[in-house]
Amino acid sequence: MGELKLMKGNEALAEAAIRCGADAYFGYPITPQSEVIEYLSEQNPYERTGMVVLQAESELAAINMVYAAGAAGKHVMTSSSSPGVCLKQEGLAYIAGAEVPCVFADVVRGGPGLGTIQPSQADYFQNTKGGGNGDYRNIVLAPASVQEMADFVPLGFDLAFKYRMAVCILSDGAIGQMMEKVVLPEQKARLTEEEIKAKYPWALTGRKRGTQHRVITSLDLDSARMEEHNRALQRKYDEVTKNEVRYEMIDCDDADYVFVAYGSSARIAQKSVQLGRAEGLKVGLLRPITLWPYPTKAIQSLIDKGVKGFLSVELSCGQMIEDVLLACNGRAKAEHFGRVGGIIHTPEEVLEAMKKQIIGE
Amino acid sequence: MAEITLQDIIQPENLVYEKSKLLTEKPFHYCPGCGHGTVHRIIAEVLEELGVDDRTIGVSPVGCAVMAYDYFDVDFVEAAHGRAPACATGIKRVWPDKVVFSYQGDGDLAAIGTCETIHTCNRGENITMIFVNNGIYGMTGGQMAPTTLVGMKTATTPYGRMPQWPDGTPNNGFPLQITQLLAQLPGTRYVTRQAVFSPAAVRNAKKAIKKAFQNQIENKNGVNFVEIVSNCNSNWKMSAVDANKWLQDNMLPVYPLGDLKDNFELIKK
Ligand SMILES: Cc1ncc(C[n+]2csc(CCOP(=O)(O)OP(=O)(O)O)c2C)c(N)n1
Ligand code: SF4
Ligand SMILES: [Mg+2]
Repeated sequence: MGELKLMKGNEALAEAAIRCGADAYFGYPITPQSEVIEYLSEQNPYERTGMVVLQAESELAAINMVYAAGAAGKHVMTSSSSPGVCLKQEGLAYIAGAEVPCVFADVVRGGPGLGTIQPSQADYFQNTKGGGNGDYRNIVLAPASVQEMADFVPLGFDLAFKYRMAVCILSDGAIGQMMEKVVLPEQKARLTEEEIKAKYPWALTGRKRGTQHRVITSLDLDSARMEEHNRALQRKYDEVTKNEVRYEMIDCDDADYVFVAYGSSARIAQKSVQLGRAEGLKVGLLRPITLWPYPTKAIQSLIDKGVKGFLSVELSCGQMIEDVLLACNGRAKAEHFGRVGGIIHTPEEVLEAMKKQIIGE
Repeated sequence: MAEITLQDIIQPENLVYEKSKLLTEKPFHYCPGCGHGTVHRIIAEVLEELGVDDRTIGVSPVGCAVMAYDYFDVDFVEAAHGRAPACATGIKRVWPDKVVFSYQGDGDLAAIGTCETIHTCNRGENITMIFVNNGIYGMTGGQMAPTTLVGMKTATTPYGRMPQWPDGTPNNGFPLQITQLLAQLPGTRYVTRQAVFSPAAVRNAKKAIKKAFQNQIENKNGVNFVEIVSNCNSNWKMSAVDANKWLQDNMLPVYPLGDLKDNFELIKK
């Protein structure tokens, strides 16, 4: 049995990292996620499990520490918020190209630029559509509770090592800062050198005499090989898309109209569903848990079952709506609603937007 | 008397030189006469002599040495431009018993990666950093580097590097004395400047590199930093021989050879 605690989202993420046997955390402070590195520093996980915690000189340095330590077969993570995640994009592109497993969290704040320290979901594009250079993807998990902040760390590592790629935990200032009950898993042991060598033959651990030395690189100047490398990456991403789509549906069985929302917006939209149902409206909620791969087929199945319209509810000026529109492909109406600048929409105004923009009078 | 055959000569007791076993069969892509190849050879020899090839992890830079990983028969990760010290930090922190080294050029270490360089040295990571200073961006075709000498012509200083305009307003800035700067930091254990333009210089450089690795193996902290003042005959647009002469006449007065720091103590000149 796990342990029940009252914690902030950011703290739950940090505690889960220690408990799932992570080997290292490299990070740089930024609001609203500084609690992650503060909590880790305070907990002294080096004493608890041997986990390394290092405050790097920048997000650039932190992600490059993650890149190389991940290349050396270790379970390594970092976290940041929006402007810091911009700086991580260089390392993330290398991580994708060199196929290195790692987990990173983006506790999103408003932008562009320094923006605001208030919650936002305007890093959807940054994290689901790339950000760094080249044709690559990161798996993006969107927690909607403190519990999921904790749960998605071990899940993230499992996926990262299964596919040798980066997994993003895309949260926001609200989920990161709020306190909720969370059930924490029991402490897992960190992998030993022998286990790492046996499980991850690709990892840089010092080459055994008489065997081929290992190289982790994203570079290949041979065009034919580089094309094949890119094709192989795409085949891997297809595999992820086939196997790893996650979502939750609430009150969608008989729904005519559906809110699509993730993270904190999903919690608000869930309340809007209750308000709408009380008025006799057949509304439901689709909550994507993976933002990449996106639950495109779930939207299409809802249209097949008769859903006439979708409202994409986001704390942004409209980013995820593009994926909803792609899924609808003209077969159902879809629009965006969302407050920005640190203002969080109310369940009432979300329901109002559904009525005005999608249902019509 | 029987005639002496070639087979009689090729005998172990007659062996005076051989390629390090830690260099692969892959032909170097370096220009003939370039210092990178010599520095590779010394590092490989040192790792072989120390017998640590089965626990060494190298970090290659972005620059002419980007594919150093193809030439060394040890595990390697290729870093983003300037981030090799951060990569080396990441590896060493999670594998403190491995032998970790970074290999960088002057653009990589002293321009785009200055922040990572300084902070890695300041934290006193227990690693070995090799810095090949050829005063130019070799890989991208000879643009100005932070270490380019005053007056030196490069693709981006075609009239010579001019730190300031005649009226005193800033222009290209001054040659960056990065190694001196790093020697000032409490985290550096051993800081030395060497070269590979002559057999004597190569012998000294090898001694220094060996010490830089030995220190790492024997201790728990302190960056061991070896600068090699090197050439880029291709982009300096000189023959290999002329480049080595030019290096001695022009580079060494600005970047004099010798130890700057040993066992955390600055060496007074
Ligand atoms: C982010 C980024 N910026 C620029 C480049 C282009 N680039 C490649 S190597 C290089 C300079 C390398 O010079 P140096 O570090 O002195 O190495 P050398 O080739 O002289 O050994 C530059 C600017 C790059 N690869 N990545
Ligand atoms: S371009 Fe310059 S630094 Fe690069 S291999 Fe040729 S001589 Fe060496
Ligand atoms: Mg150079």
